Amino acid sequence: MAHSDDENMHSHDGDHGHSHDHTEPPPELELKVKALESLLVEKGLVNPDALNAIIDNYEHKVGPQNGAIVVAKAWVDASFKEALLADATAAVSELGYFGRQGEHLRVVENTDETHNLVVCTLCSCYPWTVLGLPPTWYKSAPYRARAVSEPRQVLAEFGTSLPGSTKVRVWDSTSEMRYLVMPQQPAGTQHWSEERLRCLVTRNSMIGVELAKSADAASEQDQC
Amino acid sequence: MKGGHDLGGRQGLGPISPVPEAEEPVFHTDWERRVFAMTLATGMLGQWNIDESRFARESQHPADYLRNSYYENWLVGIQNLLVKKGLLTEGELAAACMITDGAEELRVPNSEEAIKILGTGGPTLMPSDGEPEFSVGDAVRAKKIHTKGHSRLPTYVQGSVGEIEENYGCHVYPDKNSAGERSGEFLYRVRFSSASLWGSSEDNSEVLIDLWQPYLENVE
Repeated sequence: MAHSDDENMHSHDGDHGHSHDHTEPPPELELKVKALESLLVEKGLVNPDALNAIIDNYEHKVGPQNGAIVVAKAWVDASFKEALLADATAAVSELGYFGRQGEHLRVVENTDETHNLVVCTLCSCYPWTVLGLPPTWYKSAPYRARAVSEPRQVLAEFGTSLPGSTKVRVWDSTSEMRYLVMPQQPAGTQHWSEERLRCLVTRNSMIGVELAKSADAASEQDQC
Repeated sequence: MKGGHDLGGRQGLGPISPVPEAEEPVFHTDWERRVFAMTLATGMLGQWNIDESRFARESQHPADYLRNSYYENWLVGIQNLLVKKGLLTEGELAAACMITDGAEELRVPNSEEAIKILGTGGPTLMPSDGEPEFSVGDAVRAKKIHTKGHSRLPTYVQGSVGEIEENYGCHVYPDKNSAGERSGEFLYRVRFSSASLWGSSEDNSEVLIDLWQPYLENVE
């Protein structure tokens, strides 16, 4: 996008970290997008129903609720966990999750010794089939720059602190392999049902920037 | 290419300031929805692949890439591809109206077909016709490759020595795929200690990067 256009869009200077939130859409950009869509429809290059179906799919159907189902099942079902860690693509396919940006999936398990964190320094690669579309911060320049060079400081910005003895493994998604973190099951939830465990499994815990919700935190929110 | 997108290890970009998970919508504005959907839908015309799509976004001036929001970069990407592939003209984009007829031979998916395509995906594993050059446990150096084309070898890893953790098999090689040539190369997961990447560093962390065989060389 040209500089002259951009000046009308939003301020970046002195606004680090918030400049990409777009709470107030720039009118010029909205018009440009509408014009492109009209042109594509007029030329018969896109089907408007297909555009709406694509949006609906990622806004309402595919999302981190899929990943939470996968992780909670692995917590309670040892044979599923084994299959998941051996061939995640096949294991989640059996639950119905396969497709774009999930063709070659790996699940990496957090333990007391090892914590996993996923990033894509070159763009925004993310396991869509189990997490949906990535949040803005995952696609932001600061996260992509810093997750590989200062992961513990990045974790601290999400309020996550790990023992110094825990090794942090940062997965830079440069290929079409997609990585999903399996967080540790929180203490005191061993007797919980699989359905109840799902609400401990946040999106951020499956990227690795946070731990799964504690039993207390989940109870306070009265969701489980 | 070492464009604005090649961000690993860059400094001075400020804090992450994440929006709390429960408060962030999938799309922030309607124009983001439309750009996302147009990108996927035009991709389904089969006129370009994912690496060409990435290259179209990366090829902007780095200042523009960094200043734009995420979906603004996507918008730039599809506009460039639509023109490059002759589906739209610069004149049509500027005038926002049709000047030449649409390409009638293109197959344009309807909503059911689009959802089916999303559910099928595009696996990149390919048959291999050779033996892998490296084995698990080998020490390898990421080459210095200063290409103007598309590559998935991040600058921050170039010149560093790591260790092969796994061979993922033969996968579509982005450097050629971005130029329209679909061919495979062995893909490895390579482990680099933080010290090997950054000199002195935070203790006890490592970076795993997926690298294709042409990006790597033996360490004597």
